[in-house]
Amino acid sequence: MSNIKHFTKGFFKENPTFVLVLGTCPTLAVTTAAMNGIGMGLATTFVLVFSNLFVALLKNVIPDKVRIAAFIVVIATFVTIVDLVMKAYTPDLYKTLGIFIPLIVVNCIILGRAEAFAQKNTVYNSILDGLGMGLGFTLAITLMGSIREVLGNGSIFDIRLMSQEAKTILIFILPPGAFLTYGYLIAIMNRIKARYNV
Amino acid sequence: MAKLDSSFKNMLLSLTVISIGMSAALGFVYNLTKEPIAIAQKQKEVQAITEVLPEFDNDPTTSVKSVAGLSYYIATKQDQLVGYAINTFTDKGFSGRFTLMVGFKPDGTIHNISVLDQRETPGLGTKMKEPKFKDQFPGKNPAVDKLRVKKDGGSVDAITAATISSRAFCDAVQRAWEGYIANCIQDSIPVKAGSLPTDTISQSKGGNQ
Repeated sequence: MSNIKHFTKGFFKENPTFVLVLGTCPTLAVTTAAMNGIGMGLATTFVLVFSNLFVALLKNVIPDKVRIAAFIVVIATFVTIVDLVMKAYTPDLYKTLGIFIPLIVVNCIILGRAEAFAQKNTVYNSILDGLGMGLGFTLAITLMGSIREVLGNGSIFDIRLMSQEAKTILIFILPPGAFLTYGYLIAIMNRIKARYNV
Repeated sequence: MAKLDSSFKNMLLSLTVISIGMSAALGFVYNLTKEPIAIAQKQKEVQAITEVLPEFDNDPTTSVKSVAGLSYYIATKQDQLVGYAINTFTDKGFSGRFTLMVGFKPDGTIHNISVLDQRETPGLGTKMKEPKFKDQFPGKNPAVDKLRVKKDGGSVDAITAATISSRAFCDAVQRAWEGYIANCIQDSIPVKAGSLPTDTISQSKGGNQ
């Protein structure tokens, strides 16, 4: 089962957020709460799996010179599908994530995986890659969202950990907090990678 | 199968076919989700009205009056007027416009307020959704109570570190009140819903918002 590594590498070794440092815009912007991380992550995973699937399927009928345009059409289609479906069935989450759902189109992770992986690999491996990368992204931004929500708002997944009156470190909810959290997490990640040589 | 080379014909063909295929998929999903989206939106509307008004038994979304960006919903119970829900907005928020649903009883006191759509700073401005701030409003009558933050000489305790959001909130409520005076007051003698002049009633879908 050497294929399984295509799936597992997204979680740690080539984690799109902390190691490849792709898709930083949604990472910084939507991680004000843990729930946003899960919603955004799963939406991205869906798009990633299907764009990888279609790019791998179509790789031989897409001429090189127009490949980016073709990939974007595929990606934009699935993003619009996610957009419509979320609007219909999870209106509250849709409202919170707002503009960042349509912006999945320009998320580097998706075009990056299409370009770097799916167009050179089999359909099966591409799906594994998309799933692994997507879930790795989901884990990463959910972790960031949790940290920021706990420190900045005193709650996690909207469950209060501290009283309403407790002083929280507000800056973690604000944009600078996103950069701080992100920086520390990347540093910790690098440390672990160096220590255990992975 | 070898990769197609980048001749003009191949490029044109593959892009066209991919685009057509994807458009078809999109059209299919659009049709599939059209109804649930409409239902979700209507549900949200009704839910907000239910939250801000006493019990009613009509469907306020069927007769909506829209004047100057504000929507007025009339709620009745057994043909007796129970109140007006007004969808109001302010542009003075910390991150631009936010919208509220304000429920007025027929005598002009505020029954309740619900925050519909906002982009205020999480942890600061978003506290306007919490009871500590919001519960200052129910029971007040803007004709008597000054709905401004204490800093501006009103009677509302602002949210700590979010005076701008608090001011904006008051601004939106004030706007609803002015709209209420201008558009609802002549009907505040209990009337049957739907007895308003028909030219001011637009079907909920035709509202100008």
